Amino acid sequence: MVRDITLGQFMPGRSLIHRLDARSKILFLLAYIVFIFVAGNYLSLMLITMASLLVILLTKISFRMYLKSMKVILFVILLTGILNLFYGSGEVLWEWWIIKITVGGINNAIFVTIRIATLVLISSVLTFTTSPTDLTDALERLLKPLTVFHIRVHELAMMMTIALRFIPVLLEETDKIMNAQKARGADMESGSIFRRIKALIPVLIPLFVSSFRRANDLAMAMECRCYNGGKGRTRMRIPHFSWLDLWGLLFSLVMFTGVVLCNVYFPPLVR
Amino acid sequence: MEDFIKVENVYFRYDEDEEEDNHAGASDYALKGIDLTIGRGEFVAIVGHNGSGKSTLAKHFNAIYLPTTGDVLVDGMNTKDDDHVFDIRKRVGLVLQNPDNQIVAGIVEEDVAFGCENLGVPSAEIRTRVDNALKAVDMYDYRRHSPDKLSGGQKQRVAIAGIIAMEPHCIVLDEPTAMLDPQGREEVISTVRRLNKERGITIILITHYMEEAILADRVVMVDSGRVFTEGTPREVFSRCELMKQHHLDVPQATELNHRLRGCGLELPECVLTEDECAAAILEMLKHHRKTDGSE
Repeated sequence: MVRDITLGQFMPGRSLIHRLDARSKILFLLAYIVFIFVAGNYLSLMLITMASLLVILLTKISFRMYLKSMKVILFVILLTGILNLFYGSGEVLWEWWIIKITVGGINNAIFVTIRIATLVLISSVLTFTTSPTDLTDALERLLKPLTVFHIRVHELAMMMTIALRFIPVLLEETDKIMNAQKARGADMESGSIFRRIKALIPVLIPLFVSSFRRANDLAMAMECRCYNGGKGRTRMRIPHFSWLDLWGLLFSLVMFTGVVLCNVYFPPLVR
Repeated sequence: MEDFIKVENVYFRYDEDEEEDNHAGASDYALKGIDLTIGRGEFVAIVGHNGSGKSTLAKHFNAIYLPTTGDVLVDGMNTKDDDHVFDIRKRVGLVLQNPDNQIVAGIVEEDVAFGCENLGVPSAEIRTRVDNALKAVDMYDYRRHSPDKLSGGQKQRVAIAGIIAMEPHCIVLDEPTAMLDPQGREEVISTVRRLNKERGITIILITHYMEEAILADRVVMVDSGRVFTEGTPREVFSRCELMKQHHLDVPQATELNHRLRGCGLELPECVLTEDECAAAILEMLKHHRKTDGSE
């Protein structure tokens, strides 16, 4: 069950998007998120959605993987969509008791649904096409200026690397412990939700204990290999910006200008 | 042979703070007066049963643990000296038992590079060192893989590569094969032997598998925090009774030979491998038949 989660998984490949520098991918994603929310009418929203679909095509990863990543938060998307249906003003279409559905509400609902869906899709592009190490490395490099404010950027990035490294290890261990408990007659698949949560306690406690043991071992192994924090450390791979990143920038600029122009020349539907 | 590591009368105990409510005295110590010298380029196996203090000893060689009393000198540097800890760890690498818990990065080559990156080696040189280290353990083809897709033996070899890339003079392996299947064990041990023979790296192998210990130049037996015997594998394993007293196994072939000898058969004093044992028995039988025929 835990293995089905594709959100945040890396799919190796050699597509244009894969070859973009991880730093520019992060920056493009941030700009993208901003512009998804800047888009104020259907035309600009369509523009930005089309652009994200184009980017998804360029990754050459099957669309099914993206849908899988959507599945995890489908509930959230639907819930916010439905809730937004009841907000908004304008011409009332249907009314019952205190519930009013207005034109504004329908617009809101459609907008929010598309926005969140696009957001998830485009974020998946980043995690699908960038290896965890590249991602943390890029974050470390991008956040480097924050060291001025005594934020320990290297340590944060290291923590992230280790967390990512141990997700599969701990998943496997969870499986093992669950099987061991089942072999002793533990019942984890029946009963009410509370019973099932209670049944997980004998799985979580050994998992916790072993995580601490692993952390201890890992700390020792890192010490053995002269780990001393970020000071005086070099890196094997140094990322370089390429022409590809420039094209990416150009593409994004054109698109963002388009969104802004659409916003200016056509009336906004939502605030 | 030039001395590389010198352990001088080392006592060690965990939790020094508990001194006040200490009532058991000397038995609290995990190590009780270890004296040991390891030469440059030597292949030493340290054996002992569980709780004998062999792993504790292993962690003294690169200043992970510091002796409560006594000294450990690595290449002339005392492990108690804070200024030298970095240099000592650069010279002596430690490989731990569980391969999963010592791999830091999510990609094989990135993990191998980890140690070099910590040492501040220039990027281009890290690249060549990592490639060489991966080739040395025969894992070059897996350099872009994720460690969790590898077998136990492969993971352990990656861990060894991570140490080799730092170009240490000595590698200490703390029961590197305990969690592996027979094939993984074979892979790791043959890698270690090759590193010793071809690159002259000093190897200290902590193990409780006697079949691994016989490959070493020298075997050191540890029990309840003391060294009780050491010597070449042949010298050590010929003292079958002593080994039994300390709850240690001897290789099966050695034991068979020993028991047959006990029955009065004319066999050599000590054999180590199955082949050797078979040859000895065959020799004895041939000899037997010859004497039978002549009568």
